[in-house]
Formats: sequence, C-alpha cells, structure tokens
Amino acid sequence: MSTDLRDLYQEIILEHSRNPKNAGTLDDPDGRATGNNPLCGDRIILYVKLDGDRIKDAKFDARGCAVSVASASIMTEMLIGRSIAEVRQEHKRFADLLISKDDPCLADDDELSALMGVREFPARLKCATLPWEALVAAVDGNETDVTTE
Amino acid sequence: MVRNTCYPIDRIRADFPILSEKVHGKQLVYLDNGASAQKPSAVISQISKTYETAYANVHRGVHHMSQIATDAMEDARRKAQKLLNAGNEKEIIFVRGATEGINLVASSWGRANLKPGDEIILSVLEHHSNIVPWQIIAEQTGAVIKVVPIDDAGVFLIDEYAKLLSDRTKMVAVTHVSNALGTIVPVNEVIRLARENGSLVLLDGCQAVPHLSVDVQALDVDFYVFSGHKLYGPSGIGVLYGKEALLNDMPPYEGGGEMINRVTFEKTTYAELPFKFEAGTPHIGGIIALGAAIDYVNDIGFDAISAHEHDLLGYATERLNEMNSIEILGTAPAKAAILSFNIKDVHPHDVGTILDHSGIAVRTGHHCAQPVMDRFNVAATVRASFGLYNTHSEIDALVEGISNVQEMFG
Ligand SMILES: Cc1ncc(COP(=O)(O)O)c(C=O)c1O
Repeated sequence: MSTDLRDLYQEIILEHSRNPKNAGTLDDPDGRATGNNPLCGDRIILYVKLDGDRIKDAKFDARGCAVSVASASIMTEMLIGRSIAEVRQEHKRFADLLISKDDPCLADDDELSALMGVREFPARLKCATLPWEALVAAVDGNETDVTTE
Repeated sequence: MVRNTCYPIDRIRADFPILSEKVHGKQLVYLDNGASAQKPSAVISQISKTYETAYANVHRGVHHMSQIATDAMEDARRKAQKLLNAGNEKEIIFVRGATEGINLVASSWGRANLKPGDEIILSVLEHHSNIVPWQIIAEQTGAVIKVVPIDDAGVFLIDEYAKLLSDRTKMVAVTHVSNALGTIVPVNEVIRLARENGSLVLLDGCQAVPHLSVDVQALDVDFYVFSGHKLYGPSGIGVLYGKEALLNDMPPYEGGGEMINRVTFEKTTYAELPFKFEAGTPHIGGIIALGAAIDYVNDIGFDAISAHEHDLLGYATERLNEMNSIEILGTAPAKAAILSFNIKDVHPHDVGTILDHSGIAVRTGHHCAQPVMDRFNVAATVRASFGLYNTHSEIDALVEGISNVQEMFG
C-alpha cells in the first residue's frame, strides 16, 4: 500500500468515519444548510445553534465517504464554542492549506493535520471541503444550499 | 466455467496502446468501459490519417480534398447503417452522442407531436440523458411522464409496463441495456406492446451497441441512439437512427449550413435526409474514425465479443459472490458485462480511490442514473464494466483490490 494512501486513510480518519463526533440533527437550529456534491450524489446537512456570535452546538447528517464524514467530524469538534469570525478564518485556512503548493507546516496538535493527506488526491478535495462550506452557509443564514460545482 | 480459448485476447490487447500504461506504478486495469472505452490503434491512426491525407470541409468543395473527405464520411455512414442494419443510409444521422440524439428526437418530434395529456413512458433504469430531455419537452407541451418500475434484481417489469400503456401513450423511450446495473431490457416485447397501443419507441443503445449485435429492422424500432466513444471510437460523435418516414415528417432541430436546400429571407427549404438534421460542419475526423471503430469490432465479431464478455461477467460475479460483505446490485438473468456493487460500510468513493492506487479504474458514483440509486436506497455504487480487451487476471486484480479495501476499513 502506498504512503499517499496510508496518509489519506490514516487511523484517525478511519476512526472519525467509523464513529463520527456530532453526527445527527438539531431541533430548532439557528442555521441549517445542505451541501451537495452533484458529481457523486453525496449530501451533508449541517445544523448550528448559536449563542450570540458563538457556535453553541453543531451537528451533521451525512451521506458521504470516509473523507467527508471524518472532515465533518473533525470540523465540528474543532469549532463548537468558537466565534463565527473564527469559523470563517479556519475555513479559509483549511481551504488554503489544501490547495497550497508548499508543504503544510502545522503544529503537532493542529486538528487539521489529520486531513492533510487529501492534498495528494485532487479528485477528493471536494469531499473534504463540502462540510466546511455547508457550515459557513449554515452560520450565514437558514436553509441555504451549497454545492461543490 | 468454460473459457473461450480461441478468442485472440493477446492480439486484441496489443491493439490498445493505453493498456500498457502504468498508473501509480501499477499496470492499468481498465474496468470503466461503460463510461468510455479505450481506442485501438486502428482508430487512433485513422484520426491522424484523415488530417494528414484526406481532410477538407465536406459536401461543399469541388476540389479533390473535399471530395475524398466527403466520400470517407459517407463511407462511415454506410458502416453505421450496416452496424445497426438500417434499411437506408439516410436514416443515419450523425450527432455528438446519445445525449444529442435523444434531445433531437424529444425536441423535434416532441414539439411537433405532443399535446397536453399525451404520455411518454420511461423506466427507472434510464440514464439522466434519457430522462431530462423528456422532462423538458413534457413541461413545454403539457405531456405527462410515466415510469416503468424494476424489481429487486433490476429486472424491467414488463407487466407493469403493459399496464401503463394506453392510447394516450405517444412515446416509449427506454434503455436497451442499463448502464448502472447491466440489465438487458426485453426490447422486442417492449416494442411489440407499444405497437399495439400505437406508440413510437426510442431505444437508448449506448450500453448495448458495444456488447451485442443490434438490428433495428428486426426490432422494428422507431429511433435508436448510441455514442461512438463507448464503441472504441472517438468522443464527440454518435448516431441517431430514425425511420425515414418519421424523420421526414419532423421539423429540423438546429438551423444552419449543410441542412438547407435554398435560403431566402422569405422562405427557406430544407435539405433531404440525413442532412436536414446535420446543421453546421460535422465532426468529420470523428465520423471517419468511428467508421474505423466499427470495422474493428466487426473484425472481431459480435458473437466472439459477447461470448468473451459473458464469460468475464460470469467469472467476476462468481468471484465477488465468494467474498464477504459484498452486495451486487443488479442480478437480472439477462445482463451485459456490467457489475455494480457495494462493500459493506465502505463508501464507493473510498473504494474507487484505493482501487485506483492499484491501477484499477472503476466508476464510483450514481452513474447518471439517480432513480436507480434511489430504487436501491443507495447514494452510489462501485461499477466495474468490461470490454472486449479485459481478462480474467484483471478480475483477479479487482478481487485483490477489494480485499485490500476491506482490510484497510476492517
Ligand atoms: C445508457 C446511457 N445513455 C446515455 C448515455 C449518454 O451518453 P453520452 O454522454 O455519450 O451522450 C450514457 C453514457 O454515459 C449511457 O450509459
């Protein structure tokens, strides 16, 4: 098995995909958005509850691959309790890291490092970013749809 | 299982240069023929040969190059005519592919003939390109779409179809072979029943033409479409067959050069078939190369191709059935060489990425057939689709790849 593949499907990703954190739905969410990948038919619904400008709770309901489920799981774990401005910053940081030509140089405890294996799989980048786009859309307003296309 | 020992598989594989390419350091195992097939040297070299020795615009120059390019293009039309056993070469319309062929019929025939309350029958098995053009025309004309269901094996339910037919049915548009499941639809029966109700029939032959011999006259089908790129020819070229009388009665689809008889601002008269439906400069090089692809498959022969692929499908089905936690979707008794499956608890995308790293190309996703996915309550499947150059050892590689996936996710 190649190291690229091992990096993509490292144990932490497989673990998040088997037992995702924050999978499910929220009643009366302050924001909700659906992310669609029309190319593969995958879909993720993001629910958020806000407390002022902070994410009080977030849950996702996904029909997707290991990469997208793990990304959603890691993302929600990271961002619950953070401010909306930080959500946007982290989204941008994640998107930039994925497409940057330079090797990512992340702190050991940076949650995003587990997802850096996706960088070697251009066809799978959208799997990793879809939950993030849905989350940003959910904090922006109700019932928005985003797509990867 | 009896293996076909006289099938010249080594020679055939040597005809396809791409098959010796490596992917991620591994020998390419190409099992995505349903999406598009690879091209033999005969087709690849025909493309350069056209541009090197016999190219100009067609049907308009008095000069030599225009004449020989026109002859070569019309020669390819006769090859397509023979391939489908059409009665007349005028009935062969060159289009970009099946998608354009279906849109042409839906739009041109539909606009002229459909009225509010008229019914169009499709099936759950359809590719999106045999759904959306009909939805568009139904919306414009007030016609209504009815859908033939399938059973758990993916079999087209002919009795349910018979119940949907009535004197309101004006068009039955169904696939000959399902791209997502491989089911062969009982098209003879479909057409016979449609006739009894006075309906026309269009068959989407995309997944049939590469695998079986097709005879549009024996079928007595009204319209038949296929794409060249799935038949080992170039992309961007395909064929619409239509019965001459129907095509004559239909208004043009697109207007432009090539398709006119005489143009004035008061009145324009249209060219004869097939040119009435071939507006603009056609894909000349592609058409001629499609002719080369047709020659290529005919040289091997459809009996031999069907037998070889049947053998591959049987072997692959047997091997996958022996594995744990694999669900095959589409288990109809009559199938072409397409095998859709899912591995328990592993998403098809992840399967596709891991197989790719062993050099194995399969399709993962909804295969542009979301109603089929919905019928089986899945978002996607992994699909291995076999072609005339695939081998048993490639199926062994697939099985080994699947074991690797299961190990990784286990
Ligand atoms: C059954 C079927 N119909 C139609 C199409 C559309 O063909 P094309 O994209 O070449 O027009 C395909 C190809 O994917 C197909 O498999």
